[in-house]
Amino acid sequence: MRLSPDEIIFWQYGFIKLNATIVVTWGLMLLLTIGSTAITRHLSAGLKRSRWQNLLEIVVTAIEKQIEEVGLSHPHKYLSFLGTIFLFVATASLCTIIPGYEPPTGSLSTTVALALCVFVAVPLFGIEEQGVGGYLKSYLKPTIIMLPFNVISEISRTLALAVRLFGNMMSGAMIVGILLTITPFIFPIVMSLLGLLTGMVQAYIFSILATVYIAAATRTRQHEPESGSAP
Amino acid sequence: MLIDWFTVIAQALNFLILVWLLKRFLYKPILNALDAREKRIATELADADAKKTEAGQERDEFTRKNEEFDQQRAALLKKAEDEATAERQRLLDEARKESDTLRTKWQEALRSEHQSLNKELTRRTREEIFAIARKTLADLATTSLEERLGEVFIRRLREMDGQAKEGLAEALKTASDPAIVRSAFDLPAEQRAAIQHALNETFSAEIHVRFEPAPDLVSGIELTTNGQKVAWSIADYLVSLEKDVGELLKEKAKPEANADAPPEQPANEHGT
Repeated sequence: MRLSPDEIIFWQYGFIKLNATIVVTWGLMLLLTIGSTAITRHLSAGLKRSRWQNLLEIVVTAIEKQIEEVGLSHPHKYLSFLGTIFLFVATASLCTIIPGYEPPTGSLSTTVALALCVFVAVPLFGIEEQGVGGYLKSYLKPTIIMLPFNVISEISRTLALAVRLFGNMMSGAMIVGILLTITPFIFPIVMSLLGLLTGMVQAYIFSILATVYIAAATRTRQHEPESGSAP
Repeated sequence: MLIDWFTVIAQALNFLILVWLLKRFLYKPILNALDAREKRIATELADADAKKTEAGQERDEFTRKNEEFDQQRAALLKKAEDEATAERQRLLDEARKESDTLRTKWQEALRSEHQSLNKELTRRTREEIFAIARKTLADLATTSLEERLGEVFIRRLREMDGQAKEGLAEALKTASDPAIVRSAFDLPAEQRAAIQHALNETFSAEIHVRFEPAPDLVSGIELTTNGQKVAWSIADYLVSLEKDVGELLKEKAKPEANADAPPEQPANEHGT
């Protein structure tokens, strides 16, 4: 029983290997880039525009609105990072309708990579917003005693982020695989639909949590009188 | 082992590349397009606002001009009405004046006509009266009357006195032509002789006399020589009367009646 597409290795040279996760990710990257290019090549600034442009505009503005609602006052700055997390995860789960497809998010390596990116991005954005001192001080709040707990929370939430996505995606693919062996025909399709829904929900959860973390890291100073605004 | 660290690193790199790619090919163009559209809409709205403002201004301007035009029209209309009233009044006055003048002229003409008719009537009446009188007297004239007239003439000659007689005598003497004795009828030879005789006696000289008939001397005889005249006739009476009547009429008539003077009286020194 295969738990992760990491196990499908196409080519290996010592430490370096080319497994299904990386290849499928490249495919997704290609799909997203080519799709975006195809649509944005003929962008219209006028009142009349194509359906695809409309779709992309809706997606981008919706992401932007979500970021703003969570509490980041300059969504443009975070749009690339947070928007890409959402689009990548969502596309990865949407493509599960393709037979033989293995979602790269079903690999713990991928989700850990994403979680690590968030783990690095949070302090970077925080430092950019309020400086190194200001950011580091946020670990000492409300008291210095809370420092180890703050550090532990930082690490554990990153781990949780990675495992949550991996578990959901992996289980979705797994359930369909198991069900196919037990109940043929209709039932796996229903489970596939459920898998699509959970995939979208996971994409939303992952990106919204990342947004919340970044917001917590950058908002500390603005809400200093209230303090302890970290989740 | 579920985590393959090489894959983790590769995926993290992949993810970062994807971030860059999507930023380059998706977010930027879309956001730019959105911004451009928003800007364009804002521009269009601003344009619309500007146009609205302009339209409002133009409307105000138009309303103002309209009001001005109305006022001007009203003023012009009033002026035209006033002028028309004045012109009407002037024309009426002119017409009234003209009609007055015409009426005056007409009245004048009527009066003048009336006067001339009156004059003509008077003149004709007078002439008619005198013609009748003359005719009556002429018809009545008989030989005895003629004779009587001759006697009266002769007596008058004889009874002439002083200055008149001397003047006549002088005239008779100096005259180259014979004296003319005119009468309304042909004098009989006896009367001619009697008159010649009376003349000779009166002026103590041989007086050459030529007898001429003159029907306009109504029942009368006259002696003319070198501007001097001795006469007697009913015509003289009539002329005198005619003159009196004429003067009476002249007094009654307007001064214009001057032209219609009574017939000129012959130079008569002795006529009564």
